[in-house]
Amino acid sequence: MDIVLQQVGYLYAKDSPFEKRALRDVNATIPSGSYTAIIGHTGSGKSTLLLHLNGLLKPSEGSVRIGSTLITSDTKGKALKDVRKHVGIVFQFPEHQLFEETVEKDIMFGPMNFGIPEEEARSRAHELIELLGLPPDIAQKSPFDLSGGQMRRVAIAGVLAFNPSVLILDEPTAGLDPRGRKEIMELFHRLHEEENLTTILVTHSMEDAARYADQVLVMHDGTSVLSGTPEDVFGKAEELASYRLGIPRSVRFQRDFETLTGKPLGQLALTEEQLAKEMAVVLKEAGGRK
Amino acid sequence: MMEKMIFGRYIPGHSFVHRLDPRSKLIFVFLFIVAVFFANNTATYAVLLAFTLLTILTARIRLYFLFNGLKPILFLVAFTLLMHFIFTKEGPILFEWKFIRIYEEGLRQGIYISIRFLVLVLMTTILTLTTSPISITDGMETLLNPLKKLKLPVHELALMMSISLRFIPTLMDETDKIMKAQLARGSDLTTGSLKERIKAVVPLLVPLFVSAFKRAEDLAIAMEVRGYRGGEGRTRYRQLDWQWRDTIALVIFGLLLIALLWLRS
Repeated sequence: MDIVLQQVGYLYAKDSPFEKRALRDVNATIPSGSYTAIIGHTGSGKSTLLLHLNGLLKPSEGSVRIGSTLITSDTKGKALKDVRKHVGIVFQFPEHQLFEETVEKDIMFGPMNFGIPEEEARSRAHELIELLGLPPDIAQKSPFDLSGGQMRRVAIAGVLAFNPSVLILDEPTAGLDPRGRKEIMELFHRLHEEENLTTILVTHSMEDAARYADQVLVMHDGTSVLSGTPEDVFGKAEELASYRLGIPRSVRFQRDFETLTGKPLGQLALTEEQLAKEMAVVLKEAGGRK
Repeated sequence: MMEKMIFGRYIPGHSFVHRLDPRSKLIFVFLFIVAVFFANNTATYAVLLAFTLLTILTARIRLYFLFNGLKPILFLVAFTLLMHFIFTKEGPILFEWKFIRIYEEGLRQGIYISIRFLVLVLMTTILTLTTSPISITDGMETLLNPLKKLKLPVHELALMMSISLRFIPTLMDETDKIMKAQLARGSDLTTGSLKERIKAVVPLLVPLFVSAFKRAEDLAIAMEVRGYRGGEGRTRYRQLDWQWRDTIALVIFGLLLIALLWLRS
């Protein structure tokens, strides 16, 4: 499912003294099957943008096309529910949405709403419990008795449960420990590859954006200012700095290394592994010449 | 979704009404509520309505914004009006169509009660629109202070009030967020039978309660950590300041009261 945003603008509390512009003239294309990272400073409009991607907000100006559905300011609610079936959102701190008596029931909430038969939903729930690395006996426990990390995983399962073809992630790892972070990010990456999902990741972590995404969209002051491959975007450190954004640690290291040694690396090191490899090449060359 | 709600909201400003001391505003509104019940004929209700509109103008609140925000309450007003049209059966019949009969008294009572209701809602809304929740509680606490002698926990009541006022927007935001999360999971709040709609509220209420309790606990701990020990010997950062304009406000109320008493039949 392609998602195309054309000149999207959004005003909060339109026609009241609290009216506030959140988005203006946002243009972006998210091709089917891509992994897009949306980065931007706090208040840059990332979260508002993301609500447009599954019809939770309708644009005040311009249009959002999701698959074959075109959403403008006067689209009716019925079409939106259809869109939501195909676009799943994992919100920030998704564990806040848990409410059922048991984990199993909570995971089944989404699929049942979208008309998936109960038995199918149940088996999907059990599959997901396993996929997310949760103990199988968790199914009958209350979601409120779990640890924070487990609650997060159950909540994520609740979104994956209705098999959306587009998965939107709003800082899915905020507040998790480093290991949990990595596990969850790897899981999303695996799902992206295996289930051919279109993944959209909103993140503050330049490292995650560089490692997983194949397209990066930069938001600043309510509009889209830059987009391209991670190599393109993170190669423009100065421009990013003007949007109050940094670059991945490995790229920062690479830049320092290059200035200090005067030896440019073969390509932009988006991950630590890549950095090590590129440095090995340069260092070997230097060693060979001695 | 709730961004249009204005009941209980505060809009900063610098009008005459905004700059009044919260105590004078509270006294004013309280006395006004009592005075509303003195009205009993067209002249007095007209005075009340005109006075309220004048207050809105003085507070520099946009009429459109005010009425747009009070839509649910206007609906209630319309409902009362209708009830009176149908059920009050006194005086000559004004209008008759099939089984519907509207009596003169019904029309009059309906309009009177609606104005009374409207004026009360408008006045209290102006109070909250022009006074920050913190000043309202401060004012309330100072006004209720004499009751401390009767062992009424005035400070604690004021604190409870300010905390609940403080958390209304937070809970609203929270509701909005949870609502969005559940909508994204396909829950449907706007269609279906009444029973289905009530069932659809459960996924909102449970997480909301959970987070409200968590918040309460966090807040209690945060307050204790900062050495909160109740109102005994506590001084204030914001001092209330009674000025000439506060006295004027009460004098204006006196004039209104005299007008009402003089015009009422």
